[in-house]
Amino acid sequence: MKPIRIIPDGTNIHFMKHRFWSFPLSGTLVVASIIMFLVAGLNYGIDFKGGTLIEIQTAEEVADLGNIRGKLNALDLGDVEVQEFGAPNDVLIRVEAQGGDGEDAELAQQQVVDLVKETLGNTVTYRRVEVVGPRVSGELATTGTISVLAALFAVLVYIWFRFEWQFALGAVIATAHDVILTIGIFALLQIEFNLTTIAAILTIVGYSLNDTVVVYDRIREDLRKYKKMPLRQVLDQAINQTLSRTTLTSFTTLLALGSLYFLGGEVIRSFTFAMIWGVFVGTYSSIFIAAPLLIFLSLRSEQVQSPAETDEAGNVSAP
Amino acid sequence: MLHFARWKVGLVLVVVLFGLLFSLPNLFSEQTINNLPDWLPKGKLVLGLDLQGGAHIKLQVEKEGIIEDRLEILRGDVRTALREDKIGYTGLAAKNGAVQVRIRDLSNLAEAEKKIKTLVQPVSSSLMSGGGATETSLEVSEDGLIKLALTEEGIGARVKSAVSQSLEVIRRRVDELGTTEPSIQREGDSRILVQVPGLQDPDRLKDILETTANLTFRMVDTSMAAETALQTRPPLDSEVLFEAEDPQNPTEQSNRVPYLVNKRVLISGDELDDAQPTFDSRTNEPVVSFRFNTSGAKKFARVTEQNVGLPFAIVLDDEVISAPTIREPIRGGSGIISGSFTAESANDLAVLMRAGALPAKLTIVEERTVGPGLGKDSIEAGEIAGIVGALAVVLFMFLAYGLFGLFANVALVVNIVLLIGVLSFLGATLTLPGIAGIVLTVGMAVDANVLIYERIREENNYGRSTIAAIDAGYARALGTILDANITTFIAAVILFSLGSGPVRGFAITLAIGIITTVFSAFSFNRFLVATWIRFRRPSNLPI
Repeated sequence: MKPIRIIPDGTNIHFMKHRFWSFPLSGTLVVASIIMFLVAGLNYGIDFKGGTLIEIQTAEEVADLGNIRGKLNALDLGDVEVQEFGAPNDVLIRVEAQGGDGEDAELAQQQVVDLVKETLGNTVTYRRVEVVGPRVSGELATTGTISVLAALFAVLVYIWFRFEWQFALGAVIATAHDVILTIGIFALLQIEFNLTTIAAILTIVGYSLNDTVVVYDRIREDLRKYKKMPLRQVLDQAINQTLSRTTLTSFTTLLALGSLYFLGGEVIRSFTFAMIWGVFVGTYSSIFIAAPLLIFLSLRSEQVQSPAETDEAGNVSAP
Repeated sequence: MLHFARWKVGLVLVVVLFGLLFSLPNLFSEQTINNLPDWLPKGKLVLGLDLQGGAHIKLQVEKEGIIEDRLEILRGDVRTALREDKIGYTGLAAKNGAVQVRIRDLSNLAEAEKKIKTLVQPVSSSLMSGGGATETSLEVSEDGLIKLALTEEGIGARVKSAVSQSLEVIRRRVDELGTTEPSIQREGDSRILVQVPGLQDPDRLKDILETTANLTFRMVDTSMAAETALQTRPPLDSEVLFEAEDPQNPTEQSNRVPYLVNKRVLISGDELDDAQPTFDSRTNEPVVSFRFNTSGAKKFARVTEQNVGLPFAIVLDDEVISAPTIREPIRGGSGIISGSFTAESANDLAVLMRAGALPAKLTIVEERTVGPGLGKDSIEAGEIAGIVGALAVVLFMFLAYGLFGLFANVALVVNIVLLIGVLSFLGATLTLPGIAGIVLTVGMAVDANVLIYERIREENNYGRSTIAAIDAGYARALGTILDANITTFIAAVILFSLGSGPVRGFAITLAIGIITTVFSAFSFNRFLVATWIRFRRPSNLPI
């Protein structure tokens, strides 16, 4: 049996040319994401906003959401969301954080659970109750932000140590790009943003860097091997050499994630969604952003690079 | 890269064998495992609360309450100190984190300062004593005002010791619930995390955690009717407290019976030796019987002797449980508390009395409880997703690389076995995101093999012989794989240090998954390929 190939041997795509659309595209998407984040904001879950989340399962086959909503709204607890969760008799109830300061707010929060349980009675099964008070949610938001920044910084240092500074900067820009686009899609689709989303973002950071480092590693190797070759040609060649691996790995990772997304249950769906998005964005950014960035960061001196400028036709081939 | 020294082969096989040994217990029931010989590892993966159901409750020790209590005691100390030396004062009060007092006669000021200075004590905690910090700071102004303020260090040390004491009390209380393996840990400066797996009734746990259980025996003040005191003003050394709520007949506090109770505590719950729920032999109602320790029993005997015919109050957290009249001196040091109890509430009160009082008020700042049903569903969903995902990856690897794909798949299986073995060995907790981490590892683990195989193909295309190409492929891919995995590892470590509960579970599977991945690609897979080459001496590359 002959093994199947996704990327045929000898593929030679001129990726560096694509930077003329990929940079504006990514720039636009980054700006759009930031605008979405500032205007629409994120749909923060109770981890960051505080509040109460209760998952119930009703005895009847199909839960009467309208009825539940009516009963809970009558309690006057502020913003109450009631939605189906996975199965028709599975209901997720979210109650916004209650007002007050310090200890009082925590107590008010605890009363919400009691009130909801009193109202819905014992005919429903309480599958999950989560209450996050204002003090804890504030801290979780801070540590979440710090951890993403710390991860980016730690990796910057590591790559700086292993490669030249241009690589470190390029990798961090590409990774920051992925993080921003992930936050953008969460703002656009208003998917719940919670602690596991932060975990997903950090995994995206890891995955995207993994991808970028593989490409960079080959670029570094080729730069040493072909000392006279123009930078752009080296970059194109390195990406083509690793293209088969990049697509294969992305594909197997997507196979695993897809299976989690469809079969892994409702609780981790937003987590897997973020990861799937991250694999796409991360793969794109290591090819179309991280590598061409090295041209901008003038990795090789202009003198060596100049012959490449005359070679716009792109008639280059790997030796 | 293809030559393996014998000891290396042995080492690789030993590692794989150990992985297998440590991961195997997860396949068997508890009973089967107990029948195995002792030398076999028996540790299983611990399921997180999100998978087995249970309660995760984070409590905060309230600093304000501690400061208030401490100031109240300091106020008393200042009063006693000044009275001892008969120094006249006015306006003794505790406010804004300090005790204030004005000395009437300024000629006494120096003496008063000297006296109160004895109350300023160094912070007891050894960690804090470095700078010679004191618990309070003394400020004396010319016009006779003396201010004794709590310092940051003083408050910090109090909070710290309150957390330590609370930990002990909570541990005793939770143990009484009879659940398996509860975990009670300190978190940060002022928090306590209580995790109880497999709990059926989280509300009861919450009640038990939130009750301070400060039990006191005091005299009822009969100088004034409680109703009058409510309308006017209670005497200086007394306060109005209400009867505790009847669990069978809940009412608003204002509808319950008020008592005028003396503030002075005759005997406190600290002096209890034992408390048990029982039934009153006459009325057959649930009651709590208690016994004081020796010094408590002496005090109790003295108090009851002096106050025959007068009512005293048994007060729990500012609510009067009962206020019986002393009919005769009680010298045996034991007694019975009757109130409006149910069998369960009598039991809970006995538990609280035995465990002792919390030194401060605790507030629940975070609660996550998962019912057993959801946990079971999550495990099933995670297992199915894992198996389907793994099969898809395995099939794809075979289609993409044929025989070498099979080698990669065997390495993948070894990888997962090792991952589960290491997690079981460490006693790590498996959470739902943790399962996601394993599934993700399956997807990303083949990356190492893909990198190697692609490199081998490339080297082969450049004209190297099959064996030379395979050798070069492994050698050249190593650096790349290390760099790529170390970066992911860094992200996982940071995730772990940030993490709480489920997220931490994800980080640990991801991090260990990276290590086992690198091992299985570079030791096990390479060993398989090397063995294959030795026996087949291939002339063509099958990928």
